[in-house]
Amino acid sequence: MTAVTEAAQLAPRPAGGVGQSIRDSLVVARRNLIRMTRIPEIVLFGLIQPIMFVVLFTYVFGGSIQVGSSISSQAYREFLMAGIFAQTVTFATAGAGAGIADDMHKGLIDRFRSLPMARGAVLTGRTLADLVQTALTLVVLAGVALLIGWRTHESFGKVLVGFALLLLLGYAFSWIGALIGLSVRTPEAATSGGLIWLFPLTFISNAFVDSNKLPTVFRHIAEWNPFSTTVQACRELFGNLPPGFKTPDAWPMQHPIWASIIWSVVILVLFRTLAVRKYRKAAG
Amino acid sequence: MPGAIYAEGLVKHFGDVKALDGVDLDVPEGTVLGLLGPNGAGKTTAVRCLATLLTPDAGRAVVAGIDVLAHPNEVRRSIGLSGQFAAVDEYLTGRENLQMVGQLYQMSAKAAKRRAGELLEQFGLADAADRPSKTYSGGMRRRLDLAAALVVRPPVMFMDEPTTGLDPRNRQALWEVIKDLVGGGTTLLLTTQYLEEADHLAHDICVVDHGRVIARGTSDQLKARTGGERVEVVVHERGHIAPAEEVLRAFAKGGGGATVEEHTRKLTVPVTGGAKLLAEVIRELDARGIEIDDIGLRRPTLDDVFISLTGHAAEVQDAAGDDAEKEDVK
Repeated sequence: MTAVTEAAQLAPRPAGGVGQSIRDSLVVARRNLIRMTRIPEIVLFGLIQPIMFVVLFTYVFGGSIQVGSSISSQAYREFLMAGIFAQTVTFATAGAGAGIADDMHKGLIDRFRSLPMARGAVLTGRTLADLVQTALTLVVLAGVALLIGWRTHESFGKVLVGFALLLLLGYAFSWIGALIGLSVRTPEAATSGGLIWLFPLTFISNAFVDSNKLPTVFRHIAEWNPFSTTVQACRELFGNLPPGFKTPDAWPMQHPIWASIIWSVVILVLFRTLAVRKYRKAAG
Repeated sequence: MPGAIYAEGLVKHFGDVKALDGVDLDVPEGTVLGLLGPNGAGKTTAVRCLATLLTPDAGRAVVAGIDVLAHPNEVRRSIGLSGQFAAVDEYLTGRENLQMVGQLYQMSAKAAKRRAGELLEQFGLADAADRPSKTYSGGMRRRLDLAAALVVRPPVMFMDEPTTGLDPRNRQALWEVIKDLVGGGTTLLLTTQYLEEADHLAHDICVVDHGRVIARGTSDQLKARTGGERVEVVVHERGHIAPAEEVLRAFAKGGGGATVEEHTRKLTVPVTGGAKLLAEVIRELDARGIEIDDIGLRRPTLDDVFISLTGHAAEVQDAAGDDAEKEDVK
């Protein structure tokens, strides 16, 4: 008995509250960022894909898609970029899902769940690390876009607000990825399950075409799509709306910045709550 | 006073499968309890319930004096987990892994760093400390995993099949580490499929099958239940089987005969009298000119215990139960 009490030592009492949540989240985020530096392929592939999309859409479809009243390829190029940026931040959610599914699979989540750490810190840490990766990807992608002729026509401040909205959307979506990652049995399933729904989401939108030209049902979906609102907001903030573009009458399209913030916050709160609850019950 | 690990009537279902069907455990402070059973017997589920990873459907559990269901986070401060379910991050170095675990045990960054250094030294991983753990051998990875469980020197430890998949040399080495640990007063609950492992490490053993404890006691007590010792002889030539059988019959306990395996030329006979008797058997065989390849006094192994208790060998996989345990890892 004495030997036990002498040898044993309890972990320090958790501070609890928001302070501990932030600290634990940062510890986990650091771990995920270290992982990224050790597996640079993942970051690299995350970059190649959007660059490919930029090139494909600009040079393959660019000449044949009319936006607004302009058929110039420069107008489409500028119109397109907000869509590609938004697509990039949402596709990053598949990574969050796969990463969490992998941790579940390898037993790391069990290690974390046996530690006296803040609830949700494992998921917050993961999504924060993904946010950092997304931000880096956006920087590189914006550089490529500038190289092939994308230009903004608004103040630098507005452009930054546009990128902030993109990151907020990406962060909100990474919680959907987290929930998927916790719900599937294998990392492979998380990757495909994390991607499937992104295709209709990003294509039934204003990202690549003028939503005014979509069939009625798709047009309504596109105009209320949270993804579209961020794209529309960015086009306004970047000054990338093509000449003669008629802004749809739907409320989110008329007030895209607010609509984008509201959508992102709603998604963030809803899916964070669901994901943390799922994590707590992960195995019973 | 209940022990450092105490469970009463634990029940856990996964769908239709009853993974735990009323398990009672009591591990006195500073001792080791071995949970022994085949895959899918419910060992892992029991440990997961006690380690706050699973909520049992019914029953009560107290670890380090704290109610597991009421105060799981308090329990987490007092336990360390190691084994198949508690992994390390393979892309992080050994040092980074231990530091992270320390910080998540709420140690300061500095204290976690210092402790990581100590443990790496203690577990013979100092040279590999700054390599990603992916590059570690199986034995090194298990040691790192064990070190991660010891970051805060918890009074209670859970190990789920700590040496599964290790080669004999590494297994032996890990056993030594575990013995040291227990020598320091840690209370340990260990699950294993290796009867030899339970024999080696555990003070008490619970044999689990189909979610129930079917036998408990010390290794010697369990062996005593199965029957006593026996002499095994392998004769050099087939022609010597018959005369050897005649010799052994004279020593047999209760006047029975020897069991003969013709193709391996092995004769087995239950005896009492230990090593002294063995010497007499050898002399007698020698006197008759019977050449032998091997002779030995065999005590019952836990394998024998297991078979006599469950009617099947410990290695037998229980497909349905195995799925249930996987589901719980999902």
